[in-house]
Amino acid sequence: MKSMTLKGALLITTLLGATSATAQDAELTIESWRNDDLTIWQDKIIPAFEAAHPGIKVKFTPSAPAEYNAVLNSKLDAGSAGDLITCRPFDASLALYEAGHLADLSDLEGMGSFSDVAKSGWSTDDGAHTFCVPMASVIHGFIYNKDAFAELGLEVPATVDEFFAVLDKIKEDGSYIPMAMGTNDQWEAATMGYNNIGPNYWKGEQGRLALIEGEQKLTDEPWVDPFRQLAKWSAYLGDGYEAQTYPDSQNIFTLGRAAIYPAGSWEISGFNAQADFEMGAFKPPVPNAGDACYISDHTDIGIGMNAATTHPEAAKTFLNWVASSEFASIFANELPGFFPLSNAEVELRDPLAQEMISWRDACASTIRSTYQILSRGTPNLENETWNASVAVIKGAEAPEAAAQRLQDGLASWYEPQK
Amino acid sequence: MATLSKPKFRWHIAVFLAPAVLVYTAVMIYPLFNTLRLSFFAEIDHERVWVGLRNFRTLFLDPVWSKQFWNALANNFWFFLIHMAVQNPIGIALAAILSSPRLRFAALYRSAIFVPTILSFVIVGFAWKLILSPIWGIAPGMLDAVGLKFLYQPWLGKQEYALTTLALVSVWQFVGIPMMLIYAALLSIPEEILEAGECDGITGLSAFWKIKLPLILPSIGIISILTFVGNFNAFDLIYAAQGALAGPDFSTDILGTFMYRTFFGFQLQLGDPHMGSAIASAMFAIILAGVCIYLFGIQRRLRHYQF
Repeated sequence: MKSMTLKGALLITTLLGATSATAQDAELTIESWRNDDLTIWQDKIIPAFEAAHPGIKVKFTPSAPAEYNAVLNSKLDAGSAGDLITCRPFDASLALYEAGHLADLSDLEGMGSFSDVAKSGWSTDDGAHTFCVPMASVIHGFIYNKDAFAELGLEVPATVDEFFAVLDKIKEDGSYIPMAMGTNDQWEAATMGYNNIGPNYWKGEQGRLALIEGEQKLTDEPWVDPFRQLAKWSAYLGDGYEAQTYPDSQNIFTLGRAAIYPAGSWEISGFNAQADFEMGAFKPPVPNAGDACYISDHTDIGIGMNAATTHPEAAKTFLNWVASSEFASIFANELPGFFPLSNAEVELRDPLAQEMISWRDACASTIRSTYQILSRGTPNLENETWNASVAVIKGAEAPEAAAQRLQDGLASWYEPQK
Repeated sequence: MATLSKPKFRWHIAVFLAPAVLVYTAVMIYPLFNTLRLSFFAEIDHERVWVGLRNFRTLFLDPVWSKQFWNALANNFWFFLIHMAVQNPIGIALAAILSSPRLRFAALYRSAIFVPTILSFVIVGFAWKLILSPIWGIAPGMLDAVGLKFLYQPWLGKQEYALTTLALVSVWQFVGIPMMLIYAALLSIPEEILEAGECDGITGLSAFWKIKLPLILPSIGIISILTFVGNFNAFDLIYAAQGALAGPDFSTDILGTFMYRTFFGFQLQLGDPHMGSAIASAMFAIILAGVCIYLFGIQRRLRHYQF
């Protein structure tokens, strides 16, 4: 009898509690492909938000990366998608916005803390409307084995000439493979190769936007020069690089068999766990000493609001919080290598991540040249760039011929380049 | 004045056929025809619009598309040729050896050679990638041990060898199938015929060429057509070993990977189900043509012997 009364009392209090709280109570669900980050969201990010905003509950429900786009699309069409949607950059999210699934967030207060480059991944082509809050970017550069550099008495190179001098010395010594990269999986050659070293030649945003406007062509010098540099890489890539896969390259470097690794910052946490030597990073070398430097600081993850959400106010509160420095600092420190995009100052604890993010002060940021607008048609410029970068590294195609092929492909469907 | 009662409709036939017909219709026939239908549409401004043969015109006449299509088709033919020239003769030879009564451990060999066939493509693809890897693989070491290191190449990464290498990996995986089929055919040849041949002085190899081979020709025909259909539908091994871009430089791209890339999209390339369906329809037409040539051109001329 006693327990019955207790149960009854509990039931009544929950009912009362529920009715009194409905006014502001909201449960938000986040759609995401980052299932790797599930524990970080559950243990760090969501508790921090809920502590500051009682009354709003957040649930993180990721799906597998490869299936995310398809799953999300069908959920949105069926009206069962979550309130908050993690956004892939560029066309995939733009299509969702145009189909009316993502709400326009241009007026969100938090948007003020992001630069135009940061927002470019989730804005309409004219930049007038932004529909996702930028969360993180990845920075490209070179990670190197500090012990190997000390052993061989090498300095970090700042110019292209110094870079090749360093590679020559490592090759001469023979105890390390100068650079760990393969061409089997193709994308590394374009992503860690062409788009890593390229911005220094095409002057970052200036060149990228000129290409979109049709004022520059892929056959212009600044776009061919990175290929000319790539053509010289093959001598330093180690035996059989043609069949070397991406995981092969990662392992070669973390086992200490290679001295330099053309990298994206997302490697940091994996490398920290694998490598037992000290690592450093240097930015893509500039053509001439004293040249202004540019880095590929590529927008990778954003978060937007489902236009059909039943809790738009709560969702906006969450998005504003994502734009805050509190979120940026939790995210950046839990996932070193995914750098916050907001202008807020963030203290990073990982030395390698610190090194890479410090380049933002010295150099101008840009994103990968092929991602915005230019990969909308057939042939797809991004995929073609993979192929061309590989062909150039292997010596199967001359830099000029590769550039001409990319230009012809782009001009075949992209109006401003015709 | 109908005095004869109509024969009773035999319901049990329909009932027993129903499960197979329904399942087959739902998972094979309907998707097949829907794919064919889809290839006549295109998406314009978020609407599905009937465009007639436009997708096929793009596929065959647009330089960008047709180059990829002919490349994939040519690679597919090479892939098939290697199977016909390597897999089937080896399969027949193995079966002939296995059916020899003097061979010891025949059951062991038979199982060992057949085992790769039941492995998943993904396992085969990754295992061979590792074996042939220039960095961790055992291939360079083994060649080195016999003094043939100079023969080693990073085969899967070289444009000129990659497709042939993959075709040979596939041969390794599937050589058990022709072997088993031919083995069964060889076992079904009655001893009397062979003994009659022996009386006439036909023994050993000539017995194989003059008696057994003509008798197993129908099985070889079946194997050829199975190989043809299997190869032109192939996708898994290339995808597991080289990814959807079928590198290096599309040298391992076959119709299956080309269709996958187009239909589902890849990296920044968004999927285009309509063009993808057009490629799938072209694949269907090619396979149908090949099967028809076999059925009407070859099968009917094969002589069947009755014992």
